[in-house]
Amino acid sequence: MKPRVAFFDFTGCEGCQLEVLNFNLEIVDLINVVDIVEFREASSDHSDNYDIAFIEGSITTEKEIERIQGIRNNAKILVSLGACACTAGVNALKNFYTMEENLKLVYGENAKWYKTIPARPVHSVVPVDFFIHGCPPIRGEVIRLVKCLLTGKKFELYHDPVCVECKLNENICVYEKGQTCFGPVTRGGCNSICVNGGRHCWGCRALVDEPNLNAEKELLARYNLTVNDILGKYRIFNGTLEVAKS
Amino acid sequence: MTTANVNFKVHHVARIEGHGNIIVNAKDGKIEEVKWEVPESPRFFESMLRGLSYSDVNFIAPRICGICAVAHATASIEAAEAAFGVKLTEQAKLLRDLLFDAETLTSHILHTYFLVAPDFFGVGSVIPLAATHTDVVLRALRLKKFGNNWADVLCGRKTHPLSQVAGGFVKLPTEEQLKGIKDELEGWVMKDMVTTVELFKTLKFPDFVRETEYIALTKPNEYAFVGGQIGSSDTKPAPVNDYLKVTNEFCVPWSTAKFTKHMRDSYQVGALARFNINHEKLHPKAKKVAQDLGLKAPCYNPFLISAAQLVETMHVVENSIMILDKLLSKGIKQETPEVKVKAGRGVGAVEAPRGILFHDYTFDDDGKLIAANIIIPTNENHNSIQHDFDKLLPEIIDQPQEKIKLTMEMLVRAYDPCVSCSTHMLDVKFK
Repeated sequence: MKPRVAFFDFTGCEGCQLEVLNFNLEIVDLINVVDIVEFREASSDHSDNYDIAFIEGSITTEKEIERIQGIRNNAKILVSLGACACTAGVNALKNFYTMEENLKLVYGENAKWYKTIPARPVHSVVPVDFFIHGCPPIRGEVIRLVKCLLTGKKFELYHDPVCVECKLNENICVYEKGQTCFGPVTRGGCNSICVNGGRHCWGCRALVDEPNLNAEKELLARYNLTVNDILGKYRIFNGTLEVAKS
Repeated sequence: MTTANVNFKVHHVARIEGHGNIIVNAKDGKIEEVKWEVPESPRFFESMLRGLSYSDVNFIAPRICGICAVAHATASIEAAEAAFGVKLTEQAKLLRDLLFDAETLTSHILHTYFLVAPDFFGVGSVIPLAATHTDVVLRALRLKKFGNNWADVLCGRKTHPLSQVAGGFVKLPTEEQLKGIKDELEGWVMKDMVTTVELFKTLKFPDFVRETEYIALTKPNEYAFVGGQIGSSDTKPAPVNDYLKVTNEFCVPWSTAKFTKHMRDSYQVGALARFNINHEKLHPKAKKVAQDLGLKAPCYNPFLISAAQLVETMHVVENSIMILDKLLSKGIKQETPEVKVKAGRGVGAVEAPRGILFHDYTFDDDGKLIAANIIIPTNENHNSIQHDFDKLLPEIIDQPQEKIKLTMEMLVRAYDPCVSCSTHMLDVKFK
């Protein structure tokens, strides 16, 4: 029997699900090997019976805590898909204000009608088996995970920082252009897509395992910068990481 | 005299972006409750963006919505440019319009084929169609893939865009790449569009009429997508800086998304509103598509928003060929975007695939954001959906519950709501 796969969206932009739809012709191959039983963005079909659950988005309400616990109970394998699920992503920017302030700013005098809690990544609420990082995730990585799960192979995340791929792509170092970049400490696997596109790395794929923080500090010093200079920017995708809170 | 008891709740309506619920409660044919509920978890972007530099704001604004990421990026960038007084070069302006056309095509193809068409084939999603209507699905997939690749060439990645910034583009496409896009547009894409129209011509859209106010950006000489003035079916055009006088947002307790109204109880935005206001400025083939699909302005049937999207899809194909001709005849010049930040306020307005979108920012001397207000097309349509429900339900209350449910879901889907922008939506609850 084909494994039953479900996609669930929590607080986020649904760009991760869209990237799955953007598999394009590969999606036809995908549905030959798995049954997609829940994909609300694209399908009315609904089921509570599934083996693999992909979770998109952060947990930002009490209701979402209950909902993710229910999904965890049903799923054999739970995957955090994308930055909002893996680190709380940009949603965590609101954590730097009180929830009262956020509500008041957006809803004014009607703030009392609505509820919100600080944004959390999925694994801070329920155990997560696999992480697919990125905002948005790289399509190939989702496919690679599905292949590993189907064939019983071990799924490993890319271990090197973004700089490794960036050098292979022969980009000019962003620091040389007078900008900051989180490539030295951020998990690669994205083929340095942001630098290729003329920008810098915002760290959407979270810290690489065992980041060389001393080397990063030295690099910053070489360009007359300190950790404090870049902290505000690091919070954009990694506001829930301890390093971004200090 | 009907005796129908109808009670249902569609929880998290499917095939829309985001979460919404439909609640219907009728006893002995008397409607006690019909409600469009938006329980999406609020995002608080207007709060979150504070303190960030304009370039970071422009970079993360697309995270409001994965599907219309280019529209949010463009509105965000236009707001910053308005605040700082940045003038675009002709080339940058053309590239921006070309990128915008790519998203309009991709989003409209996704909506009409993947989210709307399954209802007409009596299936829950496009997945079963892959087996029964392989040619239809393959056509949809290749058109969508083409739109994505086209956007990738211009901005590095459609979800979420990279190379478009305030003042222009930090990375430019090559003339060869542009020539490639043009060849495909003039070749198989145009043919596929003709086949697409043939297919949708055969679908019977529900017969329903509710006249309301229609609001869309408008320009004197072109079918407006980026910038212009705020046009309305009921009033004279207004400058985008006066958008608050048009949107008049208000909160309702059953929805995390805000509602809006202008001259009437509600107003509609999106493809049909644009068509009603700007149809005379459509390119010739797009006008022909409107004729073929039986779409005549003014049209008051919200189910035909999907038809208007197909008209627009043809329009952007024609429009981009014209833009590409201009760009290629002059050749691509290397230019670096230049922005001098200063304190100030700016409003950016664009026509996202789902309707008029506003980003309004105030910056300090260093170009850091002090305040933001963002008004999203789906929010503007919530109130219109509710008023459509109020008129539609009594007209169909004698039908079987499942049929009522489907028709109401189809109505919501016709609006192509993108609730995660605001919050999420689509659930029909029959209580």
